[in-house]
Amino acid sequence: MSMATLTSTHRPLLKRLAEKQRASVAFTLDGEPATALDGDTILTAVLTLHDRLRRNEFSDAPRAGFCMMGACQDCWIATESGERLRACSTFIAPGMSLLTGGEAA
Amino acid sequence: MKLLSTDVVIVGGGIVGSSAALALSHMGLAVALLERDLCGARSSGVNYGGVRRQGRPLSQLPLSQRAHAIWGRLGELIGTEAEYVRSGHFKVARSDQDMAALEAYRERTRDFDLGIELLSGEQLRAACAWLGGKAVGGSLCPEDGQANPRLVSPAFARAAQRAGAEIFERTPVDEVSHDGSTFTVRSGNALEVRAPVLLNCAGAWAGALAAQFGEAVPMQSGHPAMAVTEPVPHFMGWSLGVEGGGVYGRQVARGNLVLGGGAGFALDADRARSARNAIVTLTEQAVELLPMLRHAHIIRTWSGTEGYLPDREPVIGPSGTTPGLFHGFGFAGGGFQVGPAAGEVLAELAAKGRTDTPIDAFSIVRFRGETEVARHLPVEVSPPLPQPATESAIAN
Amino acid sequence: MSAHLPELVQPVIVGAGPAGIRAAQTLVVHGLRPVLIDEAARAGGQIYRRPPAHFERPAATLYGMEASRATSLHTAIDSLHGRIDYMSDSLVWNAQHGVLDVLHGKTNTAYSVPYRRLIVATGTTDRVLPVPGWTLPGVYTHGGAQVALKFQGCAIGDRVVFMGTGPLLYLVAYQYAKAGAEVVAVLDTARLADQIAAVPKLLTQPIVFAKGIYYVGWLRAHGVALHSGVRPVRIDGDTRVSAVTFHDGVRERTLVCDAVAFSYALRSETQLADLLGCRFAFAPMQRSHLPVRDATGRSSVDGVYLAGDGAGIMGADAAEWAGERAALALLADQGVTVDNARATELENKLAHLAPFREGLERAFPFPTDWAAHAPDDLVVCRCENITAGTLRDTVRETGADEMNRLKALSRIGMGRCQGRMCAIAATEILAYATGKSIEDSGRLRGQAPIKPIPMVLMRRPSRQHTEANL
Repeated sequence: MSMATLTSTHRPLLKRLAEKQRASVAFTLDGEPATALDGDTILTAVLTLHDRLRRNEFSDAPRAGFCMMGACQDCWIATESGERLRACSTFIAPGMSLLTGGEAA
Repeated sequence: MKLLSTDVVIVGGGIVGSSAALALSHMGLAVALLERDLCGARSSGVNYGGVRRQGRPLSQLPLSQRAHAIWGRLGELIGTEAEYVRSGHFKVARSDQDMAALEAYRERTRDFDLGIELLSGEQLRAACAWLGGKAVGGSLCPEDGQANPRLVSPAFARAAQRAGAEIFERTPVDEVSHDGSTFTVRSGNALEVRAPVLLNCAGAWAGALAAQFGEAVPMQSGHPAMAVTEPVPHFMGWSLGVEGGGVYGRQVARGNLVLGGGAGFALDADRARSARNAIVTLTEQAVELLPMLRHAHIIRTWSGTEGYLPDREPVIGPSGTTPGLFHGFGFAGGGFQVGPAAGEVLAELAAKGRTDTPIDAFSIVRFRGETEVARHLPVEVSPPLPQPATESAIAN
Repeated sequence: MSAHLPELVQPVIVGAGPAGIRAAQTLVVHGLRPVLIDEAARAGGQIYRRPPAHFERPAATLYGMEASRATSLHTAIDSLHGRIDYMSDSLVWNAQHGVLDVLHGKTNTAYSVPYRRLIVATGTTDRVLPVPGWTLPGVYTHGGAQVALKFQGCAIGDRVVFMGTGPLLYLVAYQYAKAGAEVVAVLDTARLADQIAAVPKLLTQPIVFAKGIYYVGWLRAHGVALHSGVRPVRIDGDTRVSAVTFHDGVRERTLVCDAVAFSYALRSETQLADLLGCRFAFAPMQRSHLPVRDATGRSSVDGVYLAGDGAGIMGADAAEWAGERAALALLADQGVTVDNARATELENKLAHLAPFREGLERAFPFPTDWAAHAPDDLVVCRCENITAGTLRDTVRETGADEMNRLKALSRIGMGRCQGRMCAIAATEILAYATGKSIEDSGRLRGQAPIKPIPMVLMRRPSRQHTEANL
């Protein structure tokens, strides 16, 4: 399995325990090439590599989701093209370009 | 039963009634205000939040200018700025015709010193890259602005209370009677208030009280459809409208855009909703006008109940039938900015019998003899008011 | 099968969890073709959520002792393929004048679905009470932690603490430990005395009770520290979880960890029932206002039926019975002959659960002293970062004593989550500050959209629906 090359030193939040034999999905995370597994949600794809999905616009504190089932609305993540995706309920797709540092303009 | 005698009794605790209560208290008069829900919970609290003079008919401008001065010292008056900001109000022109209409308005109102500036399409593109759609120019009133109605209207009531007014919330008016010199207003078995002066500030529900005193008005209920987006990075300071109607929007400091346009409907006296097709149209038009919203989400919709008279002018002033009775209602969705001035005017009428602010255009007498009946009477929570002993009712 | 007057509009079921699936099955068996609308990609709800189809773990691994129930439900819905109109990945965000507005999330397409008779089976989410630090990366609800494992094969961290109360607290901790995650501790706010006192009522469902005992025993036998009667104090960390601090009844203790699963049982998703105009009443055992339904599942609105946990927590088994019973009510109301004996049997099964539900509430009680201990700087609204102190200031400065008023004046409930995460806590704080009861503190008025909807949608005004791969 290819390693994601991240310049950040953030340790991942989620730990894969099972279902590890799946096809790779290449995407971009904060400008760096990254790899997820087919069937990962965006939340899983990002948090198995990193420790946040976004920053809260009022506290500027990092957020990584909470309920995992589309209720808390904490896991919205921005794409480089300015879209907003709910990470826990959207599957990762090849070529997605995701930003965790803040809101896209 | 609590029995109260006072100088002025006010029915309705929206921005008009509450600001009247505040003004009367400052004048040293004793006031009792009855509000069937919580003060500022209805139209005064759920409207768009635009605080604007631009676009009003000339008849309203003296009142509106008076209100402008009140808004200028809002913090001093009610103890909170309530997010009021003179952000500017901009009306988008989508055609040369629109532009001509805006120019004509500026010309017509030049004596009122609204400070209106007309901007060409070129100037617009230079100043606001975020404005999309077919804007060929527009009209800016830089000193107009916006505020948070949820905070403003209740604050007027609290300020009135601090100034000595007795405010009774969750106190519906069940019966009003008049014996020729004194009004008696009763709420259930809990409260009876007697006063020589009654201010009818009952908003979209004021028509029933007017009818009881023999001066029915052809008021209809309207329910503007409202929506708000999630917080988005701040890009727009102006409160935005479109010449000729359509969507309007403003971005609050926290980043949400408040959008309005189209109609909603009332489920009952307490609840109104945006109509589903209005939500669709509103969001489409908003994205066209503000392309930066194309990735945003709507997180809430709502509506409220406004009173509309056929000429879209309010009723402000003395009763045509009953001395001591004064009306202030029917603001056709534009009552937020002028509300505090209407309240002061009513206070002057109640205390001194006269006001310097021109209000002849708003006289209730203009509907005398009209037989047209409101087609959409607002749903009443209380039973219809009984006929007063000395007045004969004009059948609706 | 019996003769019936065909209705022009298909019955609609919202939610494809256990209640929705059994409702759909029942309607199909009686010759109807319902529309089934569900937010997820695959039917099953939360407790029986299915991972993407190409995942490998068998049902026994995913659902443990509930594997046969899960499989039965999945088989049932799969067998309905072609006999129902199934809209997956679809959110019902509004109901107005006989039309549901539905957002198909994958394609950002808006559909209108007319309805005359409708079964609402919208289920639950975790019930949340904040603690300082709860917004840190690494904190998830019990249900969220379970979804990570079941749906994605992931643990929420390397060293996980489970905290709060409710049956899920022990179930998910057990599932994590069995899957190979390191479970540092289970911290239950319920006291041992509560749980012992609940035993007689819990014994009315002996098999379910035995499973619960088994999970607890297994955890203990495998060296997981179990604490009862705890009070959560703080989740520590700077940009992510680093530890949990709690009071064990004697003193404060801190456990090093990198993830916390934290919630207090479940809350019902009632927004659709609200928009449909259903009458609500306060349910003391759930400490919240719920849409009213009778024993058959009929609501206060003609044509609207409520099934499953979305109208009151009764558990997954009850949801299956309630879904079937509501479908029978719908059929009867349409003039279709139904098996009345079966209807009565279902009602009896549901009624028989009442003592067990009371037992669960006794064993895992809501911490009614939570508001008294909530510090002013505690973030209550995680969407807009509104603190308990701000709420209390608002009450003090404005006299607000009702939730809609508090919302208008403080912004609580105005964030993207629309009160799902914060309204319960805010109500507790409001009630404690005013001295009014939870019931009298009111509930947030419902408005569309039920969840955030994109401003730009492709519109399909007439009803169209996609058949998902089941």
